[in-house]
Amino acid sequence: MTIYLLRRIGFILLTLFLASIIIFAATQALPGDVAQVMLGQFATEEAVANLREELGLNRPAYVQYFDWLGRFITGDWGNSMVSRQPVRPLVVARIRNSAMLAMMALLFYVPFGILFGVIAALNREKPLDQIISGFSMAFVGLPEFVTGLLLISAFAFALAVLPANSSIAPNTSFREAFPSLILPAVTVSLTSLGYVTRMTRASTIDVLNTDYVRAADLKGLPRVQVLTRHVLRNSLLPTVTVVAMGIGYLIGGLIITEAVYGYPGLGRLLVYGIQRRDVTLIQACSMIVVTVYSLSNLIADILYSILNPRIRYR
Amino acid sequence: MSERVRGAMGKSSRRKWHFAGEASGLEIRDLTVTYETEAASLDTVRNVSLDIAPGEIYGLVGESGSGKTTLARAVVRYLPGNGRIKGGTVRLDGVDLLELTKAEVRRVWGSDITMVHQDPNTSVNPSMPVGEQIAEMARVHLRLPKPEARRKAIEMLTKVRMSDPATVARRYAHQLSGGQLQRVLIAIALTTNPRLLIMDEPTTALDVTTEAVILDLVRDLLSEYQTAVLYITHNLGVVARLCHRVGVIYAGEMMEQGPIRGVFKEMLHPYTLGLLGSVPRVDVDKRDIVLNTIPGYIPQPDNLPVGCIFAPRCRGVEEACRTARPPLVAADGEAGHLTACRRWQALRREPEEFTTTQQKKDFVEPTTGDVVLEAVKVKKYFPVSGVGLLDLLRGRRPVVRAVDDISVRVRKSFTMGIVGESGCGKTTLARCIAGLEKATSGEILLEETKLPSTIAKRPADLLKKIQMVFQNPDASLNPHHTVGASVARPLALLRHLSKAQIQERVEELFQAVNLPRDYIARLPHELSGGEKQRVAIARAFATDPALMICDEPISSLDVSVQASLMNLLAELQDTKGTSYLFISHDLAAVRHLSDWIAVIYLGRLWEIGSALDVFTPPQHPYTEALLSALPIPDPDARQNRIRLHGNVPSAVHIPSGCRFHPRCPRKIGEICEKEEPPWQEHRRGHRICCHIPVEELIEKQKVGGR
Repeated sequence: MTIYLLRRIGFILLTLFLASIIIFAATQALPGDVAQVMLGQFATEEAVANLREELGLNRPAYVQYFDWLGRFITGDWGNSMVSRQPVRPLVVARIRNSAMLAMMALLFYVPFGILFGVIAALNREKPLDQIISGFSMAFVGLPEFVTGLLLISAFAFALAVLPANSSIAPNTSFREAFPSLILPAVTVSLTSLGYVTRMTRASTIDVLNTDYVRAADLKGLPRVQVLTRHVLRNSLLPTVTVVAMGIGYLIGGLIITEAVYGYPGLGRLLVYGIQRRDVTLIQACSMIVVTVYSLSNLIADILYSILNPRIRYR
Repeated sequence: MSERVRGAMGKSSRRKWHFAGEASGLEIRDLTVTYETEAASLDTVRNVSLDIAPGEIYGLVGESGSGKTTLARAVVRYLPGNGRIKGGTVRLDGVDLLELTKAEVRRVWGSDITMVHQDPNTSVNPSMPVGEQIAEMARVHLRLPKPEARRKAIEMLTKVRMSDPATVARRYAHQLSGGQLQRVLIAIALTTNPRLLIMDEPTTALDVTTEAVILDLVRDLLSEYQTAVLYITHNLGVVARLCHRVGVIYAGEMMEQGPIRGVFKEMLHPYTLGLLGSVPRVDVDKRDIVLNTIPGYIPQPDNLPVGCIFAPRCRGVEEACRTARPPLVAADGEAGHLTACRRWQALRREPEEFTTTQQKKDFVEPTTGDVVLEAVKVKKYFPVSGVGLLDLLRGRRPVVRAVDDISVRVRKSFTMGIVGESGCGKTTLARCIAGLEKATSGEILLEETKLPSTIAKRPADLLKKIQMVFQNPDASLNPHHTVGASVARPLALLRHLSKAQIQERVEELFQAVNLPRDYIARLPHELSGGEKQRVAIARAFATDPALMICDEPISSLDVSVQASLMNLLAELQDTKGTSYLFISHDLAAVRHLSDWIAVIYLGRLWEIGSALDVFTPPQHPYTEALLSALPIPDPDARQNRIRLHGNVPSAVHIPSGCRFHPRCPRKIGEICEKEEPPWQEHRRGHRICCHIPVEELIEKQKVGGR
């Protein structure tokens, strides 16, 4: 197990290294000169040249790359090219916000997704299954700005129980942020809920049809015990993977939902950086998103190997 | 736990119903089971009655589609959603199981009725240690607390003769072999000392050597229990070895029923006679007899004949058989011997009238003739998948030595049979010869021409000389092409015939394999398994091959269909002079069809010789064990009880010295572990690779000798 973990971690480091090269190359390839953008259209040639020198943009690309990578690893994420302020506090605050929203969303859609999936599987082809399957398909298909606006008009305006705008101040505590988190979390959940439900339903149906579940039934175990000990243990394996893979998306990919509610998450920060060609900010945000993706994959693999004894730790 | 524990469990107080104090066993009366389909209600099991006394093992035999599994599922009330019990009663120790509510049935499951299923690999939960799966029976039904339940699990594993039970209890399914898993399932089924145990083809998925060990275990173990056992199988040999009484079921109805000796020695139904005549025997072969076949097909429940349901396929049918369904009547003689044949007296007087088994003419001596195929020192090593980084760095590349230095020779119009347990390398050898697999080293010569290693490098005129028939006809025929097109394909590709010539040749081939002409335009799914295999044989013969490789061609089929295919293969060989390489794990089939037999274990050859020589002492101890394990459909068959224990070692870590020594029942000492055994010539090319001298083997292998 230890060797397996070490191997996996080594693999993640390799992934991150490759990703950093790609991210760096991509930011280099962005159209327009950073110094020119920063100084505006009417800056003199001289001023631009001076700034380029100051920012180290005249050095060879690989020197710039290793310089950036070294600083990034040691915690110096650089200054914003637009505001000239260090980007780290900004990014860290956004990571915290995104993590809060991600956790809320997971707490919503994972239990419900599994529950609905199992209920649908147990009532396969019956009305209950058709209702659940129908709804989960519909929510997977509906874009977040539609569900988001519907929820806002219902709960923020018609019922007026929750805030429509979730633009919380930096470092708001979870308790204070809680009401602002509900609507964005539900919006995100509605989309992901469908995936979890359908995945759980399909794998549970497969497991219910296996010989060993038939054998467990005929052992005369109470139905609940057959379900928890023999069915779910095996049928939730694919769901674990789907959920863990979703964490990366929740941290870095909720651009639309964050926009609808004005929620200050990492996704919106990344878009903001791209709009202003803030190379440092883009690099920091992208690296964080890649790291979260890799780590959630690792978590998925570890959970999978704990739940599935057939996986050998190679 | 030989005493019944039910009273102590306090169950009876919570039940509205009671099992009788005096155990009376299982009693099925006029059971009819129906499946509702969109088209019609299909009565899959009709008016079946049978009794199983406590402590008795009742064998229910039938071919696929006979309704035997449906019957078992109806008895335990575990029918699929569209299944329904239409009539009859099922009583277990006085309680009518069909009257119980769903919740009550669930309480009977596991405590009073247990089941052992066909495929042990899929019947054990893969993510729970096997010991835990036994322990949960003890916790739920015997109300034992956790530690005691765990102890009970180990006790049960010991009882099923598992070596190192405490360790095995912590293992998961993927860490155990099929034989070990079947022991686990038997342990689970016996934990609660049930009133009824149903075993549904429990050894069908196992190798013959493992099957023999499991059958011994079941027989010895059940003699301690007062459990009524319903044993379902298609294998008459297994019934003869294990059961006290037998019922023969056909198309959902009972044809014959009686004590084991009565039914096997004095069968009173033509279907039983036909089944027994279909099974190849080890004392005669294709040169002596043509196997009995049962013409036609099992009727579907929605299209049953008016009279006797077997009448359309019966050789001794009379007009009266077709007008009214004959009842199951008691024949005189042995008590409890019932038959559904109205002509049973005629059958007893002149059984010849009812079968097609015929004696055959004389034969050629199997040591002459030109050599068609010669495989010399063939080796095939596969790299082990998922090699660790460390192994690579150390320069070690573990390999699976699937075929490790095998030489065989096949003469013109002879059959070379290759036998061995699954994983012994027999299929890999065949694939190397066919060119589907590139041999690691060695030479393959066809009619003295050296063959390029793979199909891609072989020219068309060599390709057409070697053809192959595979095990599963469903997978080897393209489902979107008509079977005629499948047979025409090699004609166009390898023989470049014109359209008209191809058409003519396809018709000839269909005739040769006894398929009606209108089948040419059919798709594979419109054919039965046996018919599809006939098409595959026709395709293989399309190019007039010199050598035909048959890789388990009959293993997935029913016995009567197997017989007709074996007859067909023998007949085609007779007329066309083709040589066969016949691969099978079924010793009786190999014995029937082969002139020469090669015995393979762990990628090596251990014995080779004429079929008769290989099947009579002196034999290699492995051959001896294979033969001794073979279930013979004769309750009086005398076989030495030579059993192989343990699992086949992996072909990555091959044992030192003689590869067979860890499992060899006749190991003589250190020499077996240290030195590779020498080849000993017995006679007429009969050779054995063993440290034990031939004379000593003869002495040791006399029937009754040890």
